[in-house]
Amino acid sequence: MIVGVGGQGSLLASKVLGRAAMDKGYDVKVSEVHGMSQRGGSVVTYVRFGDKVYSPIIDRGGADYIISFELLEAARYTEFLKPGGQIVTSTQQIDPMPVIAGTAKYPEELIEKMTTSGAKVDALDALDIANEAGSSKAANIVLMGRFANYIKEISSDEWLNAVEACVPAKFAQLNRKAFEMGAQAR
Amino acid sequence: MKELMLGNKAVARGLFEAGVCVASSYPGTPSTETTEEAAKFNEIYCEWAPNEKVAMETAFGASRAGRRSFCAMKHVGLNVAADPLFTISYTGVNAGMCILVADDPGMHSSQNEQDSRHYAIAAKIPMLEPSDSQEALDFTKRAYDLSEEFDTPVFVKMCTRVAHSQSIVETGDRTEHEMKPYVKDAAKYVMVPANAKKRHPIVEERTERLVQFAETTDLNRVEKGTDDSVGFITSSTSYQYIKEVYGDKASILKLGLINPLPVKLIKDFAASVRKVVVVEELDPIIETHCRALGINVSGKDVFPMTDEYSQSIIAENMELPKAPSCKPIEGLPGRPPAMCAGCPHRGLFYTLSKNKCRVMGDIGCYTLGATPPLSAIDTTECMGASISSLHGFNKARGEESEKNTVAVIGDSTFMHSGMTGLANIAYNQTNSTVIILDNSITGMTGHQQNPTTGLNLRGDPAGKIDLEALCRAMGINRVRVVDPYNLDATDKAVREELVASEPSVIISRRPCALLKYVKRQPAIRVNPDKCKSCRSCMKMGCPAISFKDGKAQIDATQCVGCKVCAQLCKFGAFETQEGDTVK
Repeated sequence: MIVGVGGQGSLLASKVLGRAAMDKGYDVKVSEVHGMSQRGGSVVTYVRFGDKVYSPIIDRGGADYIISFELLEAARYTEFLKPGGQIVTSTQQIDPMPVIAGTAKYPEELIEKMTTSGAKVDALDALDIANEAGSSKAANIVLMGRFANYIKEISSDEWLNAVEACVPAKFAQLNRKAFEMGAQAR
Repeated sequence: MKELMLGNKAVARGLFEAGVCVASSYPGTPSTETTEEAAKFNEIYCEWAPNEKVAMETAFGASRAGRRSFCAMKHVGLNVAADPLFTISYTGVNAGMCILVADDPGMHSSQNEQDSRHYAIAAKIPMLEPSDSQEALDFTKRAYDLSEEFDTPVFVKMCTRVAHSQSIVETGDRTEHEMKPYVKDAAKYVMVPANAKKRHPIVEERTERLVQFAETTDLNRVEKGTDDSVGFITSSTSYQYIKEVYGDKASILKLGLINPLPVKLIKDFAASVRKVVVVEELDPIIETHCRALGINVSGKDVFPMTDEYSQSIIAENMELPKAPSCKPIEGLPGRPPAMCAGCPHRGLFYTLSKNKCRVMGDIGCYTLGATPPLSAIDTTECMGASISSLHGFNKARGEESEKNTVAVIGDSTFMHSGMTGLANIAYNQTNSTVIILDNSITGMTGHQQNPTTGLNLRGDPAGKIDLEALCRAMGINRVRVVDPYNLDATDKAVREELVASEPSVIISRRPCALLKYVKRQPAIRVNPDKCKSCRSCMKMGCPAISFKDGKAQIDATQCVGCKVCAQLCKFGAFETQEGDTVK
């Protein structure tokens, strides 16, 4: 599952993952949300690949991995993970409207809470790394680079081919750098 | 060629391959991309019509003229187009015509959860229902063959999870079709009572032939399972969820043609398994058909009538074990959708909220004016209802209501079905105040052009309707334009028009902040030494402003420099990046 806040760029991330999986010969389904919930709301994209995929969506207990652009959203969808499933998340925090309006507080110790609920957590400051790579907009590709470490079936060259196939040629170099920096970040 | 393709894009590919020449639609999630993607093929003329009724009539006109045609809409859009629908079922077509309708079980982006299959039954029009992108492409092509063979428009019915899921498709080539001759044929096309009386039996006879077709077509198929203890009758994504849970174990009758439904095929299938379960999202349409045939099936006694389904809904209701999962993390604040930073609607809703106005709302991004902290909207039903229901509200409550109640409606929604409501106000006279939120685009569905923007679907110059002139021509004397980024001017306009003794229209005009041509202004910031922590600026509910360490703070990556927040600060705490005070 790729989760985040509407407008953060999860569409490109799912495109890269879908492309890499299809090029590898897997059956792939990707399910997105459009319209109302995109306006700054919590958004989720499901990506499923394997020998044969029927359902385009993921239910509670159905996800092997969660890639998250935002910490609170990673926590929100943790229950969709299989026990022991892996979260790859950016440490970026974006206040939701109830926090802005002062009716709720942004929760603390979210990474600990995710671990306690049974998930493995790999957290990195994707925004910072993306800026270092050359553009804050490449945070999605930084996260994909990090996530690629867990999918041994797809080689890093195959990942990079998928990235290049999904971004405009003039940004290929930048995204390649972002991907590699994500993969190697401590 | 193999491609990972969105369901809606696969429909567009199907239109291309089927040789379709004319498409007319009104945007509506989850149907919008079918027409947008079709517009990428030069062979297909595509347009945004002002509403779904116009779109359907346009597509029908093209079909009657001899070209394969298409129109697309969301489920509630079909309500708007229902008038032509029921009669073009009688006339039939010349060249093939396909009507795409996209349902939204789970209401991801809709105001209700109606089941469009009822329309297919009521209007006696065949309906195909794909379950993935490949079928979306294939069924769209098949729709045209059926349309021409049976002389009827044909529905392709999508749902959110088919429309907005990508799966792998194999594409083909386009087949061109000669333009069919147009022959004047009053008995077929002039639906006066005498002619319509002769057409109705033709429709009934057509349905009988379609039932025969349904018995043998490969659009419907039986997948024999290894276990005959239970068999499922299903369609659309429910089929995928069943396969996900049961694999090749259970027998499945997968229906691709869901109106009309077969009889013998269903009876034979039911006889081949020990128990029959019908799985369909929303209403029990296949189930009711089975029961009418005297088949003892299970369906809505087990599965819910509401919301969308999933593999775990299948498993749970079939009493299979639940998948183990990580524990939910409790007490997390929600993240509801909100108006974007710099949204021009925000200033207007702030003004309405401040003046404690009653607000009759409508359909669009601005429906988010109903959400906290502004909570400005009282009602939302359907496209155009703000204006007409305001008139009724004012007729019922009189002056007390006229002085503090307004209608808010977007530019595109006004063109869709707001004009007729305004005509009623102008004609039957209430001192109503209508606010047109003109952000120069159809926002919520993802920036589609409309008759007021001066551009067509492809972004090329087009006719442009002048909203002020239109409202005046309709008999509204008080028409004024205000910039919602200017809170004082907006407040003045709202107060003055509410007390005016005749109907008025305020056009709150400022293009959507997300439009590419709208130049983003530099972000502003809060000077923490000047901020007195009064939270006045937070009343706007701008996602770029948060409260950190007791002071307001602006997220520079989100701020578009609209400076509306600064107008609320009594202490001059907002400043440019250079340190100049913003007022």
